[in-house]
Amino acid sequence: MRFTIVSPTRLRSSLLMAPALAWLTALMVVPCALVLALAFFRRGIYGGIEYTFTLENFGLVFDPLYAGIFLNSARIAGTATLIAVIIGYAAAYAISAAPRRLQPVFLFFAVLPFWSNYLIRTYAWIVLLNREGLITQLLRWFGYTGEPPSMLYTEGAVIAGLVYNYLPFVILACYAPLSRLNPELAEASRDLGASALTTFRRVILPLTVPGIAAGAVFVFVLSIGNFVTPALLGGGRFQMIGNLVYDQFLTANDWPFGAALAMALIAIMLLVLMTQALLADRAAGRAAEARGDADG
Amino acid sequence: MSEPRTLLAIDHLSKNFGRVTAVDGISLDIRENEFFALLGPSGCGKTTLLRMLAGFETPNDGRILLDGRDIARTPPNKRPVNLMFQSYALFPHMSVRANVSYGLEMERLPANEIRSRVDAILATTELVPFADRKPEQLSGGQKQRVALARALVKRPRLLLLDEPLGALDKKLRGAMQLELKRLQHEVGITFVIVTHDQEESLVMADRMAVLKDGRLLQCDTPHAVYEHPADRFVADFIGVMNFVPGKVTADGVLAANGARITGKVPAALSPGASAVASVRPERIRLFPSVETANRTTGTVEALAYQGLDLQLHIRTPLSPKPFLVRVTADAAGRRPVSAGDTVELGWDPADVRIFAE
Repeated sequence: MRFTIVSPTRLRSSLLMAPALAWLTALMVVPCALVLALAFFRRGIYGGIEYTFTLENFGLVFDPLYAGIFLNSARIAGTATLIAVIIGYAAAYAISAAPRRLQPVFLFFAVLPFWSNYLIRTYAWIVLLNREGLITQLLRWFGYTGEPPSMLYTEGAVIAGLVYNYLPFVILACYAPLSRLNPELAEASRDLGASALTTFRRVILPLTVPGIAAGAVFVFVLSIGNFVTPALLGGGRFQMIGNLVYDQFLTANDWPFGAALAMALIAIMLLVLMTQALLADRAAGRAAEARGDADG
Repeated sequence: MSEPRTLLAIDHLSKNFGRVTAVDGISLDIRENEFFALLGPSGCGKTTLLRMLAGFETPNDGRILLDGRDIARTPPNKRPVNLMFQSYALFPHMSVRANVSYGLEMERLPANEIRSRVDAILATTELVPFADRKPEQLSGGQKQRVALARALVKRPRLLLLDEPLGALDKKLRGAMQLELKRLQHEVGITFVIVTHDQEESLVMADRMAVLKDGRLLQCDTPHAVYEHPADRFVADFIGVMNFVPGKVTADGVLAANGARITGKVPAALSPGASAVASVRPERIRLFPSVETANRTTGTVEALAYQGLDLQLHIRTPLSPKPFLVRVTADAAGRRPVSAGDTVELGWDPADVRIFAE
């Protein structure tokens, strides 16, 4: 038998990693494992947990009623993602095309809303969309006299809230590859006979896809599990998975089913994240070369 | 030979960025199948001029006539002109073949024609073994050839090259200069090259334009520019020149120390005006055997042996800066000199050029 001696550098890096690992284990791995375990038990008659093994909870997740909520959440999150990516990419493109010294200023303003509380930002939308809110008042000021439009407590309001809250992520994620893109690449494409649109489609877009993917995944993952925005701006009429999970734990007192729903949600998020990681890995080589400095 | 046809006529072209005038009323003609060099120090406006020819800058004034048609306001994708970028600007997400095909796909040519033309240009530029590689897998010289192939495959009326050899090391550069010349003959396309390297333009160009502060100083063959520079700046910028400051006389220049330099005085200079007489280092002889009109004595300060010839720095009473003299190694071997020696210098009046100070 041979003895393995741990080298001092390895020992040191293990020690440096220990607090982070302990933190992750205590606050992430253990709670997740507990929730996962919970999903395999039965709900007690008066709300408690009956410790007998069952797969019923997972079966219930695929019940048309709940599967429908999953699909609906995915649709709302997907719509919010699409809108956020279009607006965010356009904004990032505009910022990267601005004079160099102004770019940090624009980025600062893009991220500014982040410095206020999420709830306050969401309440602000209620003030805007309310039947007698700012938008209605603005319409009145322009001479509109009819019924105030019902904007709050609609799916549109939920999507608007999600887009607004997560837009800065998309702007930052798209700005990074756009600002590193060698401007001569677009010029070369034009020089070779491509229109501005073709240049965008065949050169700029493919080289900035990693940023779009990162931003999109961020918005989608945060949106599909969100429960504050649908609760406040959807008025409880538009349930998303987040609200469903919330209800199971806090209202219906069905912890095992809530746990199964939460696990299904985590599985969806992991799938999305893994797909993105795979794509990002493949695109990493391109992005490195896309920087102007790479070819002198 | 018949008079060569003018391909591109640049007519009083001007461009300013805010208060900075980058190109200031330049007019020049570029001929069919010519290798033309735009030469000047950085900031002289040569890159702005090139970008106007490519269509990336719009002139404030003037015309760019290609085959007689004004293209000054035609967008870059609608000009029969291609630019080879200094950074090469190869598309990093495309293979060498895809990079080269791109321009022909934009012309919506049939697939088989694209394939055969791309194959042909890859063969010409010796890139066939690298066709499936991505730009990141290529060396500097290979990238340069891809950039060239990508532009040439379009068969432009005019190929613009922005400091094409700038990113290469010195040895590769020499080889590529000849390679570019060979390719230009082979494809029969007019080349306009931008460079700050006067040696490069002397070697490669059929004709060259020397620019300074957005203005055209001289446009002629390398030989004519070297032998008959238009002014003192050109004389100094192209090759090496020895200058003797002084006052204009009837038959030359009177140096500050009282010595007379004989040479042809330009009609524009009146006697008594401040001027410089100049002579190329290779036109000066050491220990002149025959009685030459222009002579001086000097002290050798330094010698640099350069294989074929020997360069000497010689302190003379004629000018504050030491004279640079170049003699062949053979001539130097006949009568060796070393640092500290006093030597006789002489040169012909025919080799003297006189410029306004």
